[in-house]
Amino acid sequence: MYSNAYIFKYASIMVILVAAILSAAALLLQPAQERNVKIEKIQDILRSAHIPSTTANAEELYKKHITREVLINEQGEELSVYSNGSFEKGDTRAFDVDVKAQLKVKKEYLAGKSTVQPVYPLFVCQKDGDTLYIIPMYGTGLWGPIWGNIALKDDLNTVEGATYGHKGETPGLGAEISTKEFEDEFLNKTIFNNNGEFVSIAVVKGGVASSNIDATHGVDAISGGTITSNGVSDMIKNSIGNYVAYFKKIKTI
Amino acid sequence: MSTAKAEREPFFSAKTKKLLLGPLNKENPITVQILGICSALAITVKLEPAVVMSISVIAVTAMSNLIISTLRNTIPQRIRIIVQLVVIAALVILVDQVLKAYMYDVSKQLSVFVGLIITNCIIMGRLEAFAMANKPVDSFIDGIGNGLGYGLILIVVAFFRELLGSGTLYGFRVIPESFYEFGYVDNGLMILPPAALIVVGIIIWVQRSKNPDLQEDN
Repeated sequence: MYSNAYIFKYASIMVILVAAILSAAALLLQPAQERNVKIEKIQDILRSAHIPSTTANAEELYKKHITREVLINEQGEELSVYSNGSFEKGDTRAFDVDVKAQLKVKKEYLAGKSTVQPVYPLFVCQKDGDTLYIIPMYGTGLWGPIWGNIALKDDLNTVEGATYGHKGETPGLGAEISTKEFEDEFLNKTIFNNNGEFVSIAVVKGGVASSNIDATHGVDAISGGTITSNGVSDMIKNSIGNYVAYFKKIKTI
Repeated sequence: MSTAKAEREPFFSAKTKKLLLGPLNKENPITVQILGICSALAITVKLEPAVVMSISVIAVTAMSNLIISTLRNTIPQRIRIIVQLVVIAALVILVDQVLKAYMYDVSKQLSVFVGLIITNCIIMGRLEAFAMANKPVDSFIDGIGNGLGYGLILIVVAFFRELLGSGTLYGFRVIPESFYEFGYVDNGLMILPPAALIVVGIIIWVQRSKNPDLQEDN
């Protein structure tokens, strides 16, 4: 039998050794991991504007196409503008803003629990002479978070492209939101009605054709993925809703 | 330690081939030992994650067997399970970090299941049953063998689930579009977890009917 002292020593040395190895590995691999996350975000943004990218050229294409990063507040005022590698105003890059964290800030702000105002990032993209406005979105599906990016044409109304991602929706059902078929349904839909009121784009169970929603403001939901579809619907409404004040401001100028 | 002498006897040394290939068939961890079923259900929807998961499990079983076997005569009996777990957990975290850094897309698909290799019964089972009582080289080969046995089933299950459930193999479309025009529909059941149980069940059935040794008497 081994003595207690031996057991203690054995356990201590082992744990310290393992901790050292793991810390070293984490430190060494961290830059590569952070880069992956950043490139994924860039690729998602570019994909919504239909700019194909690979992990190798994503950063380059981002620099070329995303010419302005704007950060706005609840009242639709520009807080920070980052353009072509330098700040025109403020000092926060919209790219570095975590949309998920801002939705939490918004919730607490609206509930009066906090005086910190939420901020919303907006990416302005130049593609083939057109200006596109890309809005990052974040919401909840059936099993976990869902997110996406929606690109609006320069009328700030018509959808140029939309992309969705999810953490763990049901394969074949809710997970279909990140397929091209679903994403393409959003093309050329509009978020404002003829009177200029914000109506968002609804994901309609049973199909838009058989509902009372105007065909330009709705897409067909996924059969068997109703809760995820509703999540997408809410996500679009909540996310784009934050930009309406800003859009109305820049439209009248 | 009273059993130390017996441990040093090379009673498996001449059977390397059996160590390596046994787990592929008669001692398969999934179909015969019924270990590691949960991850076999979760990550076999597509071939690519199944292949990466197999490689990860092979790396972890082989390395943990090797390390524990090297240390086996110094490990205090009373905390041996803790020592085994620390070694497994450290290796799994390493694998997870490496995947996150260099195979980000696959690591996202595998999500929590890489972390759950820690609780995969195959690894603990082999450490307790084999590495604690055998030489490092034999243990290393045993680890590779069991990892392969696990991976083989994973890949077979993933092959059928991806083919029938998505009409693709390793992400490439194999069922031509014209089939779909004639009304062929992918089987939605195949991408849900129960389909993995059905496929594993069929594999066990086929394997047992071919191997009379595996059939129970009653």
